[in-house]
Amino acid sequence: MEEKIAALYTKLKQEAEAGGYHLNPDIDFVEDLLSGITKNQARYGYMACPCRLASGQKGADMDIICPCFYRDEDLQQFNMCYCALYVSNKIVSGEEETHSIPDRRPPAGAPNPPTDVTTRSNSLPFPVYRCQVCGYLCARNHPPEACPICKVSADRFERFL
Amino acid sequence: MLNMEHVPGKDVGKITLFALSTCGWCAKTKKFLDKLGVEYSYIYADLLPEADSEELKQELSRWNPQESFPTIVIKDKPVLGYDRDRILETIG
Repeated sequence: MEEKIAALYTKLKQEAEAGGYHLNPDIDFVEDLLSGITKNQARYGYMACPCRLASGQKGADMDIICPCFYRDEDLQQFNMCYCALYVSNKIVSGEEETHSIPDRRPPAGAPNPPTDVTTRSNSLPFPVYRCQVCGYLCARNHPPEACPICKVSADRFERFL
Repeated sequence: MLNMEHVPGKDVGKITLFALSTCGWCAKTKKFLDKLGVEYSYIYADLLPEADSEELKQELSRWNPQESFPTIVIKDKPVLGYDRDRILETIG
């Protein structure tokens, strides 16, 4: 495995395991995906999903930056994310096998976040931010620099309440 | 006209693969078509010049409104994702 890819693999694996997630045990497959993600990072400046066509506009692709907004629902329903970089325990244990799954992303991209948050937040002493990747909630004036659960950056949070 | 790469092989009807060069399932699909030894054309949507990307999206959405990858069009029938059984069944 190329050095840069190996370093990314180690980092993602550690972050995944710390948050209760798992990388696909098929190392060769994962190596190809990480090589794709690395290419996307160089091309677009962000780690766009290797199995989706990025627009090149970070704002429009916020939902498909790896780990994507759709990963956890796909893990729940199919035991793997769309590109199969992340898998559930059932895949790790060999109880289920990976396969190609349908794309959950709406064809027009991610739906707009809720617009009525300001009216709901009036009675709360702090705003509540939600990680759009893993659903982690925190009540504080700003989202954390990195999600303590899934490690994504502050810009992947939305105002929730 | 989109500039497709052509792979020579056994003529089993027209096969077109819409793929991404970075995608694991696309790579598996391409490898599977190679193993079958069939003639097909493919295009990597992420490597196209900006000017061609709209044409590709239009062409792809005719077969797959979701515009997901890989999409394999076999004899005017779309197969979505890496689905070996569906590919074989559609080739006939």
